[in-house]
Amino acid sequence: MQLFNCPFCGPRDQSEFTYVREVAPVPALDASQATWQAYVYDRDNPRGPHREWWHHNHGCRQILELVRDTLTHEVSSIQAARGTRATK
Amino acid sequence: MKYSVFSLLKQAFNGHQGWPMAWRNPEPKKHYDVIIVGGGGHGLATAFYLAKNHGIKNVAVVEKGWIGGGNTGRNTTIVRSNYMPDENAHFYEWSLKLWHQLSEELNYNVMFSPRGVLNLAHSEGQRDALFRRGNRMRLNGIDCEWLTREEIERAVPHLDCSDVPRFPIIGGLIQRRGGTARHDAVAWGFARAASNLGVDIIQNCEVQGFVREGNRIVGVETSTGRLNAGRVGIAVAGNSGRVAAMAGLKLPIETHVLQAFVSEPLKPIIDTVVTYGAGHFYVSQSDKGELVMGGDLDFYPSYGQKGNLPIVEEAITAGLQMFPILSRVRMLRQWGGVMDMSMDGSPIISKTPIDNLYLNAGWCYGGFKATPGSGWVFAHTIANDAPHAFNQGHTLERFANGKVIDDKGAGPTPQWH
Repeated sequence: MQLFNCPFCGPRDQSEFTYVREVAPVPALDASQATWQAYVYDRDNPRGPHREWWHHNHGCRQILELVRDTLTHEVSSIQAARGTRATK
Repeated sequence: MKYSVFSLLKQAFNGHQGWPMAWRNPEPKKHYDVIIVGGGGHGLATAFYLAKNHGIKNVAVVEKGWIGGGNTGRNTTIVRSNYMPDENAHFYEWSLKLWHQLSEELNYNVMFSPRGVLNLAHSEGQRDALFRRGNRMRLNGIDCEWLTREEIERAVPHLDCSDVPRFPIIGGLIQRRGGTARHDAVAWGFARAASNLGVDIIQNCEVQGFVREGNRIVGVETSTGRLNAGRVGIAVAGNSGRVAAMAGLKLPIETHVLQAFVSEPLKPIIDTVVTYGAGHFYVSQSDKGELVMGGDLDFYPSYGQKGNLPIVEEAITAGLQMFPILSRVRMLRQWGGVMDMSMDGSPIISKTPIDNLYLNAGWCYGGFKATPGSGWVFAHTIANDAPHAFNQGHTLERFANGKVIDDKGAGPTPQWH
């Protein structure tokens, strides 16, 4: 069983968390359709370190930002996603 | 050599010493008319149909490992065509028709067994959803039949059809022309048939980049040198994002790990494919007697061909709800394959924004059943630089123009398809 070290709750079972999506700047509301389409559908989908949003839905219910290796599943950083979801 | 009862008898008298290699192991040529990246079922089928249907025989299939070593060798071998959207219904139905004659076409026994695929319903809502699915299938000329609980009880004797389970079975939709096939034989059969038509199968050769002239692909860089190509097709399943990135493309695909399990071999007890409706679980019995089982994705992006235990537990729990008789059966093996989960749950078999580069990806859980159909329409797309009628909806542009093919209605959350 893999543990995620939630910054609010401490080490918790990975099954308490739900993967949300790859981290990407949320487009402005009036951004072009192509920009929104790329944000909604397209993914870097790398094999290796990956910046991801996860939801600790069976814990503190906070959105967290992780850097997780998609090949080894190793989590190298986990922090609150505050600020990172802001419009850029 | 043509495989037949006569060649079998002849070799039997020779002590089976005279069988030739099933496919050639050639030195790569400098130039190919078409290079297919990825030696799985889809890539090999594409090469076969390029040679057979379109007369394009100067073709290479380039594989980084050994053929059929990815998802072709890791799936639960289920073949069906119970899809709702017209685009998918026509495509998968064509693929199912090809399955029914594939062993003859390839002169190779792919052990296709149309033993039926039964989807169970456990609530009135699910029943109505399956009625709707069945009606849409029938409107597209695809067979299916509603079975009542009593009919299911007779058809699948060990299935718990009582009121005891938390979610009792109330009925199910069966597609009798669906079934299973032997996964390795599919890769080997296509490889042998393609090789006999002149296709070069190049194993242990990893594509590491594309050679471009302006907006045109003219070859691939591999671990053993450059290969020039008129056209290049990508059929690399879970690695689609990585390979497409080498050409500068960003795809509407996430790679997720899906696990499968087999039990110790048992006497024949389940003679069809059964899927659980109150959770996600599917089971069939292989010709060796092993129960072949699968469940959900692990629900996070992964290129590790391994999974975690919570999903194993969840899948097996569902299995025991269906078949309490299996409670003391031991598991033999468990493994993971990496799925190219697309944003609408449907595949992309398409031209790309780059000239002479073609993409076959986004198969989600369902690539194995599509193998012959995928090869058929992808070969057509590459040969004609235009899609076949069965894949003209499966474009890369559909995510921009809104014409997504979302069977499940889950939206752009690939893990939920």
